[in-house]
Amino acid sequence: MEFDVVIGLEVHVELKTKTKMYCGCKNEFGGVANSHCCEICLGMPGVLPNINKRAIEYAIKAGLAFNCKINTSTKLDRKNYFYPDLAKSYQISQKEQPLCVGGFVEILLDGGTKEKRIRLVQIHVEEDAGKIIHMPESDEIFVDFNRSGVPLIEIVSEPDLCSPSEVKAFLETIRNTALCLGISDCKMQEGSLRADVNISLKQKGSSKFGTRCEIKNVGSINGATRAAECEIKRQKEVISSGGEVEQVTFRWDETLNENMVMRKKDKSVDYGFFAEPDLPQVEILNEEIEEIKTSICELPNQKIRRLMADYKLPYADAYLLMEDDEKNAMFEAVAADFSGEPKKVANWILGDLTRILNKQNISFADSKLTAKNLEKMLEMIENNSISNTAGKTIIEVLMKQDVHPETIAKQQGLLQQSDQSVLEDVVREVLLENTHVPELFKKGKTNILGFAVGECMKRLKGSGNPTLIKEILLKQIQGSVEV
Amino acid sequence: MELSELTAKELSQMLRKRTCSASEILESVLQQIQEKESDIGAYITLTEDLAKKQAQKVDEKLAKGVELAELAGIPIAVKDVICTKGILTTAGSKILENFVPQYNATVFNKVLAANMVVVGKANLDEFAMGTTCESSALRFTKNPRDLTRVPGGSSGGSAAAVAGNEAILALGSDTGGSVRLPAAFCGVVGLRPTYGRVSRYGVIPLASSFDQVGPMGKTVGDVRMLFNAIAGEDPKDMTTIPNKKFEKSFDIKKLTLGIYKEQFNEHVDPEISASVMKMVESFKEHGATIKEISVPYSEYFLPLYQIILTIEAASNLARHDGIRYGHRTQEFKDVEELYCKTRSEGFGPEPKRRIILGTFLSSAEFGGAYRKKAFYWMQKIAEAYDNAFKECDLLISPMSCSHAFKVGELVDPIKIYALDLCAFGASLASIPALALPCGLDSSNLPIGTQIIGPKYSEKFLFDVGEFYEAHCKT
Repeated sequence: MEFDVVIGLEVHVELKTKTKMYCGCKNEFGGVANSHCCEICLGMPGVLPNINKRAIEYAIKAGLAFNCKINTSTKLDRKNYFYPDLAKSYQISQKEQPLCVGGFVEILLDGGTKEKRIRLVQIHVEEDAGKIIHMPESDEIFVDFNRSGVPLIEIVSEPDLCSPSEVKAFLETIRNTALCLGISDCKMQEGSLRADVNISLKQKGSSKFGTRCEIKNVGSINGATRAAECEIKRQKEVISSGGEVEQVTFRWDETLNENMVMRKKDKSVDYGFFAEPDLPQVEILNEEIEEIKTSICELPNQKIRRLMADYKLPYADAYLLMEDDEKNAMFEAVAADFSGEPKKVANWILGDLTRILNKQNISFADSKLTAKNLEKMLEMIENNSISNTAGKTIIEVLMKQDVHPETIAKQQGLLQQSDQSVLEDVVREVLLENTHVPELFKKGKTNILGFAVGECMKRLKGSGNPTLIKEILLKQIQGSVEV
Repeated sequence: MELSELTAKELSQMLRKRTCSASEILESVLQQIQEKESDIGAYITLTEDLAKKQAQKVDEKLAKGVELAELAGIPIAVKDVICTKGILTTAGSKILENFVPQYNATVFNKVLAANMVVVGKANLDEFAMGTTCESSALRFTKNPRDLTRVPGGSSGGSAAAVAGNEAILALGSDTGGSVRLPAAFCGVVGLRPTYGRVSRYGVIPLASSFDQVGPMGKTVGDVRMLFNAIAGEDPKDMTTIPNKKFEKSFDIKKLTLGIYKEQFNEHVDPEISASVMKMVESFKEHGATIKEISVPYSEYFLPLYQIILTIEAASNLARHDGIRYGHRTQEFKDVEELYCKTRSEGFGPEPKRRIILGTFLSSAEFGGAYRKKAFYWMQKIAEAYDNAFKECDLLISPMSCSHAFKVGELVDPIKIYALDLCAFGASLASIPALALPCGLDSSNLPIGTQIIGPKYSEKFLFDVGEFYEAHCKT
């Protein structure tokens, strides 16, 4: 039996506002338990919420980035349920008039060669709950409310995803976009990006959807991808062996690498949603939306596609540059003037330069390297004035001081010897002293040429142009053969 | 005459003329408390030490010639749903029997800023759910006018404190009549303000869409002063609204008083109707125009009010789960049992009844249909009042169908809910209503009337009320 996989995602993204969603407490990860709390986020009697306007602005930003319609009049709803980490015993969320509706997330697949639109149902704002801490040594349970009231957006997709790799691409796009918009730090280890994954299988060609299972609160992109893989496999096995998929809610266990059953259908929760009477309708002006729109920069997937199209970069290079604004700025500044292939610039930035930066644990901003100097250095390699190896030596200096690369090359004797007659003399000398070279070459051992080039370089103290030396060597050996 | 028998207005003037001191006023009030509190039971907590310090501070400031707010030095009782930093705040419930907030309600901050003298926290029906004050889990309050009777509820302690001269002023809260009904039963004045005029921040909620803190006092003038001190937009309460100027100014000759037809019905004690009509007549004698006005949909008031109230109340009470504060059951095997036992032990029958009803009405089965429909009709009712106020300036009606009941007389919850029938209209339409005494009946018990105005008409209501007190009262 063949199946179509149907996946829908609900992604929670913590917003990095200075303060919490409904009170003035610091929105900061960690800290001494219950130190970022007040009567409001502790759900004390009589207190009232106050909407964080910045959180609304961030949510609108996300909505615009994902092509949603922004509701200029939106309201908040109470989602009622009991849980020890939920201070008020209800979460202030949105159900009926979410802030952002519709829209889509465009994901890149197959090495950036394919695009797919994943439609969105909505993006709404809500608040996070506290954290339950089980004491390992005793059966005591504590609650830390530092996270209680941290602003979240929930991005709800249509069931448009068809595979674990699409789940990965979708979540990566959301993470990259949120980072680019500056609305979240998306730190997985701090739980600032979490996903609920809904999965069902459909017989190929059939229009009837299968029973859906949900995996709740997966805290990493890899986890979500793995959880989807496991659940697809499980459902396939159930159906193939003649069984029926039951509606189950799972929890992904990162350490065990498997989905654990949380509850079955009969225990579904009734949230008794109703409009939050403690907050007024939120009205948003069109001018405000326009202003937010102008603050949105080039989005990650747009950038990847542009880098691939304009500079003929492969997807992997474009992705790495998209992830790092500094490196990308350096790349684009150098590539704009560089006469050679842009790919060579990317290789240097993503290869040697990144290695040096990582080794010294610094960023471009901490170094003295300018785009102008890097470009000049690459031109010198391009026109054979220096070797690649010399380039590496020069780069190390350029990181520390702003000087012309040619000055360094001269000072350190790194300029390549490209004078035809000088090189011919050296080659002649080497061939005279190493008569076995032409003999072996004639017998077909062409790799002996490398040895000869090396001998020439020794005599030239490394400053010879290896390409030219090789050409001359070949010419002289072949000349002697003819003689 | 004892100082405690005087009005806030009179005492304020005396303080400024230095004919008495704040400490003397407080002393007189404490004297009353000492004599009567064991019978009346108006307070859950007395804050005598705090009050003495506050009074002393006022006297010191006045001696130095410091300009103080007009209510400085006036003793006030604060309903025990209003959170007071460092002072026990119980909402009349066992579940909060030992709860001491670390924050002040905005209204309490305003009371402190005005240098008023806080006498104590007044008793109430549990979580303000009731009309007789008998559902309080912590105190038993009786009506100072007749100790065999209830003071009305839910702000029964506040009304009793003022009526018994155990405070000069009081803060109550009104969801569906909780300021106005006890005011009528105890023969004092009480206002339900326009929804949003007074901050709800720090006021333990019953139903967020209806709750308003209301001032109570012996006279309309006193209630006006207290209202002016507590009203205003609050950044901590996003449902507060800026005051809009009410375009009409009071002139008895131009006043059109509407007799609220639906509220003079067969349920109302004829003695009460007659007394209110006598009041109407006296307005007429002074030149006011009288019209009979009908406001439709009154048959829906009780169910609409109950739907919205129980849904919101159930959700508002959900935070009392025994996790962070308040009562927690002694023994439990898991979280589920902790919740069930804590809440079963902590809540009295009235909160339980409303939690069950509200949870049912908001369940997913109905998809929010009850509350949505109720809000639709709330809008309709607001429109109906708007239409009524095109025909008249204010509506006048009895405040309750009956005078104060005997203690324990009323047990059927439906009958208790119905007691507030005259009160629900203003709550549903978010408009202000002033309850004031208009005489005594044959059993020598106070009769209350209610004048209802459009949004933001508080000043106008006070003007009319004060005119009545000055010129019509016999």
